[in-house]
Amino acid sequence: MEGEGRRAGTGVVRGVVAVLLLIPCLALLWVPSYTRVTPRLFGFPFFYWYQLAWVLGGAACLAGAYVLTMRLERQRRAR
Amino acid sequence: MSHGIDKVALAVFAALFLVVTVIGFMAARWRRAADIMHLDEWGLGGRSFGTFITWFLLGGDLYTAYTFIAVPALVFGAGAVGFFAVPYTVIVYPIIFVFLPRLWSVSHRHGYVTPADFVRGRFDSRALALAVAVTGILATMPYIALQLVGIQVVLETMGLGGDLPLIVAFAILAAYTYSSGLRAPALIAFVKDGLIYLVIGVAIISIPHQVGGWSHIFAAASKHLAAVNPKTHKPFGSLALAPAGRWAYGSLALGSALALFMYPHCITAVLSTRDRNVVRRNAAMLPAYSLVLGLIALLGYMAVAAGVKPAGGNAQLAVPELFKTMFPSWFAGVAFAAIGIGALVPAAIMAIAAANLFTRNVYREFLRPGATPAEEARVSKLVSLVVKFGALVFVLGLDKSFAINLQLLGGIWILQTFPAIVFGLYSRWFHRFALLAGWAAAMAYGTVVAYHVPVPGKPGSHFGGPTATAPFIGQKAYIALTAFALNVVIVVVLTVAFRALRLPEGRDATVVDDYVADAGEADVRDLPGLVDVAGGQPAPASGSPTSPGR
Repeated sequence: MEGEGRRAGTGVVRGVVAVLLLIPCLALLWVPSYTRVTPRLFGFPFFYWYQLAWVLGGAACLAGAYVLTMRLERQRRAR
Repeated sequence: MSHGIDKVALAVFAALFLVVTVIGFMAARWRRAADIMHLDEWGLGGRSFGTFITWFLLGGDLYTAYTFIAVPALVFGAGAVGFFAVPYTVIVYPIIFVFLPRLWSVSHRHGYVTPADFVRGRFDSRALALAVAVTGILATMPYIALQLVGIQVVLETMGLGGDLPLIVAFAILAAYTYSSGLRAPALIAFVKDGLIYLVIGVAIISIPHQVGGWSHIFAAASKHLAAVNPKTHKPFGSLALAPAGRWAYGSLALGSALALFMYPHCITAVLSTRDRNVVRRNAAMLPAYSLVLGLIALLGYMAVAAGVKPAGGNAQLAVPELFKTMFPSWFAGVAFAAIGIGALVPAAIMAIAAANLFTRNVYREFLRPGATPAEEARVSKLVSLVVKFGALVFVLGLDKSFAINLQLLGGIWILQTFPAIVFGLYSRWFHRFALLAGWAAAMAYGTVVAYHVPVPGKPGSHFGGPTATAPFIGQKAYIALTAFALNVVIVVVLTVAFRALRLPEGRDATVVDDYVADAGEADVRDLPGLVDVAGGQPAPASGSPTSPGR
């Protein structure tokens, strides 16, 4: 992806991709934010349902990152 | 053991095992006979695996005895900490999303088939490539050991006693890999996944219902975890993580995630994709696996709620015993077959990947550069046997309270190849000798620290767990990550020093454009021989790392 910064907006898109990729990592590595039992959901303590929810959140972030990355790669090839 | 042999379950298990194996071998042979050109398509390597097949294959790297036996066992025995597998399998995808496409591109430009090939081409260092190869082989052994434990416990649950289960597990694996190469396991992976989905589906729907619902499961788990473990005189664990366990939890997740795609068998699977973005697409789709993995982890609590008391307190028996209690015998047999095949197939793939690594980056490179293809195939087969014996040594030599520690020990080693591989994908600034020194120091540090971790309740014992008090932080953390931090510091400091001293940095065989090339562009080629060395059809010389490839 070298040499892509020239096109206006490319840098911004790459930044958004980076943020999308970082979000699930930071959320789950910030362990103290979810080591509790309440509130429960469907009988699951918070600790468990919260992390399982991030599986879906992570998938959504990655899907977004994928779409944006494909756009970047198409631009790179078009040049 | 004391409850005798479950004949129905054993019969179903044996029948399914046999049918699946025979199908796999026949399919592999039929393809071979029908059209040689199709081999590429089927042998885990040739080329052109699209999104769907890759999804299966990569998922197969996750769904092993690790998922089915080791993780729930840790949840069963120690509570919340075992759930680290969920953040691990979430974090791993952003990581691979970023660096694997670059590895794909440079590998397909230059015909690199192993991470060691890449390191050799990038840093012009045979020693560094050797270090990466040897680490890959070493770290794979405890990972295979975990699979052996998986097969062992299902056999034990069906009533085979004594040392027999382990001997049988080893014999099956050895026979299986020795005669098959990689094509049969790759084919069987599909059947295996089908079986596994069936079992998981039934388990996570029917068992919570049978034991009284999720609220009851967590209540029972909470009560059990608060009880005092007679071995350690401390509570077994807790339902939400205790404050002292936070660093361990986060570092286990991050360390495992960084380590996973350093394993030779995982990299092989990734390089066999059709284009560089298949991996990215999969990264967005694979979390479906993680969700199921989380529910499987909770089988550990279901076992608690169901009142499962594994023989000899062996936590690894929790899930098989749970299935035995909850399912009719015949379906327990199906479930055991799923776990058994689910352990066997990855173990075979791992053993072959490690053997190929040896043949390509050690044997051909250092021992016999002029070896004939037949010789190489023979060496590969032999080494895959040696790797399995190594795995057996790990099973016999290490504490069995938590089999997951085997995989985590492998992680300590394999993660130390990360700087050479992943940093190397982005920058040539790092000096090859610095990378080598960082690797050596971190390997030594990690091994020594892990050696001195006692088994809980047994002072003076060794290799008892994956965490130790980390310097500066003063909290327990995954040794792999601590060693990795040491590795990085040494690499950076020595790179600065070696550059100042103008030590020769070697010639880089790659150029910037190599890292973003995609299928269909100039000089991007298929990787023949990605797989087939052990299958009897060795990699042609064109894939050799010694040819610059342009």
